[in-house]
Amino acid sequence: MCDTCGCNITPGNKHLVAEGGKLEVDASGKKVVDVMHSLLHENDHQAEHNRHHFNARGILAINLMSSPGSGKTALLEATIDALKDKYNIAVIEGDLETENDAERIRAKNIPAIQIATGTACHLDAHMVHDALHNLDLQNIDLVFIENVGNLVCPASFDLGHHLNVTLLSSTEGDDKPAKYPVMFKTSDLLLITKADLLPLLDDFDTARAEKYFRNLANQSPIFTLSATKNIALDNWLDWINEKIQAHRKNLAEHPVDKNHMHHSHDHHSHHHHHI
Amino acid sequence: MHELSVCQSIVDQVVAIANNNHAQAICKIDLAIGPLAGIDIQLLEHAFPVASAGTLAEHAALATQQLPIKISCQSCKRESEARANHLVCSHCGDWHTTIISGDEMLITSVELDVKEDAHYV
Ligand SMILES: Nc1nc2c(ncn2[C@@H]2O[C@H](COP(=O)(O)OP(=O)(O)OP(=O)(O)O)[C@@H](O)[C@H]2O)c(=O)[nH]1
Ligand SMILES: [Mg+2]
Ligand SMILES: [Zn+2]
Ligand SMILES: [Zn+2]
Repeated sequence: MCDTCGCNITPGNKHLVAEGGKLEVDASGKKVVDVMHSLLHENDHQAEHNRHHFNARGILAINLMSSPGSGKTALLEATIDALKDKYNIAVIEGDLETENDAERIRAKNIPAIQIATGTACHLDAHMVHDALHNLDLQNIDLVFIENVGNLVCPASFDLGHHLNVTLLSSTEGDDKPAKYPVMFKTSDLLLITKADLLPLLDDFDTARAEKYFRNLANQSPIFTLSATKNIALDNWLDWINEKIQAHRKNLAEHPVDKNHMHHSHDHHSHHHHHI
Repeated sequence: MHELSVCQSIVDQVVAIANNNHAQAICKIDLAIGPLAGIDIQLLEHAFPVASAGTLAEHAALATQQLPIKISCQSCKRESEARANHLVCSHCGDWHTTIISGDEMLITSVELDVKEDAHYV
């Protein structure tokens, strides 16, 4: 165990570390051990491992999050149509009960793995890892992870992806960023979806959505588009292209240590083979 | 309701630490959780007995420290307190700020019962 690795000590919380470090056993047989680990330490380790899977193959992984029905799968369908001649794409689907979303992706001849999350309200790094081992990642450039439709729980779990994209549909109200700050704070891109419906909805104000988003100190870009009506997809597609190029450049400058793939933490007991 | 998963993760970690220290039981678990961690502390406390049942953490007290949100302004360089959905500098009104505290989700320490004679009772 890295009980004292201190990986989470920041200037903002270092005062929480007990002065003088570990205390010795006191007279009543009590001993206090400093930990300073994330509550989700094991998930975070698994996420790093997943990121290594992606990086070792030069893959960019994008996590899509939103409320149920904001248009994640529709966006994937439109994106696949636009980019499948340019990039090899694979999709990991977190759908609670059905194979519907994975089937919509497979209908486009794109490999899709369904994570049957059952009663879970979010994906975690272990679920994604299992999915990766059931997906042929050879020659893949881009992996999309469609998270469970939920604006709360998915925000806390690193899956090993590189970028978070949050969708906010025009039908669900422009104040969602103010109501779910943790989710929208983590977004590397905000997409306002179902733009074709904006003229019909007099209470969704994109400027107001942007203001609520900026109030979270989030400097990420915001694009407004419609996946099913094919409106203004260019910004989104350009953003993906740009991120893939930046990722490749970064990997070329900082090559992945392939040996890391075979590391063994003593709290990471499972052994597995990578396809 | 991801608090149960979070609780299970806490229990796994503290039980591993207790085993490493040959402890008989875990007395107390200190957590620091900021409002920006996305964890409902009340739900966490409700989930803890379920996640810890039958483990060394079963009777542990859960002590949660909630740190206030503090931000640092990139424009005027000053610090201020903020609300989760309004991370805007209270001095100059700029939203180009950085979080100093309030997003932590940490196990800070655990208190273990390591009485030697417990082996023999
Ligand atoms: N008018 C309009 N409808 C859309 C658009 N995008 C998606 N929809 C519709 O919204 C509904 C939900 O879309 P999905 O793509 O299944 O949404 P999702 O986010 O994947 O849903 P879950 O996986 O269940 O959370 C479907 O009826 C879509 O046809 C759009 O741009 N415009
Ligand atoms: Mg879907
Ligand atoms: Zn692996
Ligand atoms: Zn300022």
